[in-house]
Amino acid sequence: MKIMHCPLNGPRNISEFACHGEVIPMPDPGALDDRAWAEHVWFANNTAGVVREWWCHLPTSFWFIAERNTLTDEILRTYGAEAVFAERVDFEAGDTDK
Amino acid sequence: MPFGLLKYGLSRRYPARRDIPPPKDLKPAYDVVIVGGGGHGLATAYYLAKTWGIRDVAVLEKGYLGGGNTARNTAVIRSNYITPDSVRFYKEAVELYTGLARELGYNLMFSQRGQLTLAHSDATLRTFRMRAEVGKLCGTRIEVVDRKTIREIVPCLNMAHERYPIQAGLWHPDGGTGRHDAVAWGYAARAAELGVELHQRTEVTGFQRAGDTVTAVETDRGTVKCGQVVQAVSGMSSVVAKMAGLGLPIRTFPLQAMVTQPLKPFLDPLVSSTALHCYVSQTARGELVIGGGSDPYELYSTRSTLDLKESLIGHALEMFPFLSEVRLLRQWAGMTDMTPDYSPIMGASPLRNYWLDAGWGTWGFKATPVSGKYMAETVARQSVPEAIRPFRLERFATFDLVNEMGATAASH
Repeated sequence: MKIMHCPLNGPRNISEFACHGEVIPMPDPGALDDRAWAEHVWFANNTAGVVREWWCHLPTSFWFIAERNTLTDEILRTYGAEAVFAERVDFEAGDTDK
Repeated sequence: MPFGLLKYGLSRRYPARRDIPPPKDLKPAYDVVIVGGGGHGLATAYYLAKTWGIRDVAVLEKGYLGGGNTARNTAVIRSNYITPDSVRFYKEAVELYTGLARELGYNLMFSQRGQLTLAHSDATLRTFRMRAEVGKLCGTRIEVVDRKTIREIVPCLNMAHERYPIQAGLWHPDGGTGRHDAVAWGYAARAAELGVELHQRTEVTGFQRAGDTVTAVETDRGTVKCGQVVQAVSGMSSVVAKMAGLGLPIRTFPLQAMVTQPLKPFLDPLVSSTALHCYVSQTARGELVIGGGSDPYELYSTRSTLDLKESLIGHALEMFPFLSEVRLLRQWAGMTDMTPDYSPIMGASPLRNYWLDAGWGTWGFKATPVSGKYMAETVARQSVPEAIRPFRLERFATFDLVNEMGATAASH
């Protein structure tokens, strides 16, 4: 059984968690052309090495960030999203369609 | 008799037959460099030499031939997909397999025993009806069958599921299995005969580019100039593409499978269940091959985990409860390059002379001959044939996805 340390719930079986992909910067939707938007939606870095990802503890719906090594299957660090996102992301700011 | 055998073995009159010539140094340049010596790369090399007369070809393999995911799949060959583009493509693969052993002079143990997929819900049955109609339209043998027919096809199947009652099945007589190692070795032997150079233990470390053209391939045994490059490295598609400066819509997950001790033959067709995420087939040796969906999170590793094995076996036992005392013989994992729509990425890349054969997820082995055929045509004519155009990388930019998520044997 593989154990992941949830910042809220402590060490739990990894089957209680879901991985939601790498933490990537949100582009400005208004400034993006179609191709760049498609790449943001579909493409993945798929890094062989240390990655920083969104994970969710499913029973409590608690979202956090985990750093792990995709070559060795080691979980290096887990921490709350506030460590990366200090302020609220404003998605409306660059929206030129309105 | 044993002495006679020994004499025969030591006699110089009967030298051991080598399938491929002994290794030699890399030449400074090749017309075509194929990165990856698995089934797809070797098939591409074979058809380049045989159909198109292009023989100045090098296949570069970092390990040994067919030693990657060609040897780690569960050898299923079928064409019961859901989009006409995919059905036509995989149907051609199945057709090529039927004549391939004779063409290559290699025993591929291709065995068309049919594949039965089980529906445990109305929603699955609806997609089965669609898959059956699309399949018939494209000329494959496929039909939706009721419980009575399922019992006739697989008498030993547990029909009394309490959690997932079996409602109907999708019967695909064209489905079967082949010996995956032999497919790679057969293509390797015949390609080498035609003059293709096979370089094992030669790892590609980078590409030299001039604008949108790849000029040379860097390896740990030296740099070779190249006219064109084909990337056929399942499990490492993103890593190699990154060396060429390309991004791909691929995430790599391990997929675990296992084999039991040999039993008397009792299971003729392949049986898979979409709700149980599990499929079972019996090999010619009597072993049961059990496979399922990919691991839950991305990893570049072929490690195995007990919890995934336990759940997979639990599901196999729901289908065949009498196997509960059977022991496992081997277990392993492969790496699957999953695309968002569960279809491959074939053909052009943003680079002029760099061709992609990637994103083969859990559906690569069955496509080996047909992908080799069309990748060779792509390289030879420097244009992508109509048959594989639906699988272009560009489809993601135009949102023309080829969605096969529901038609992969064990939906993930």
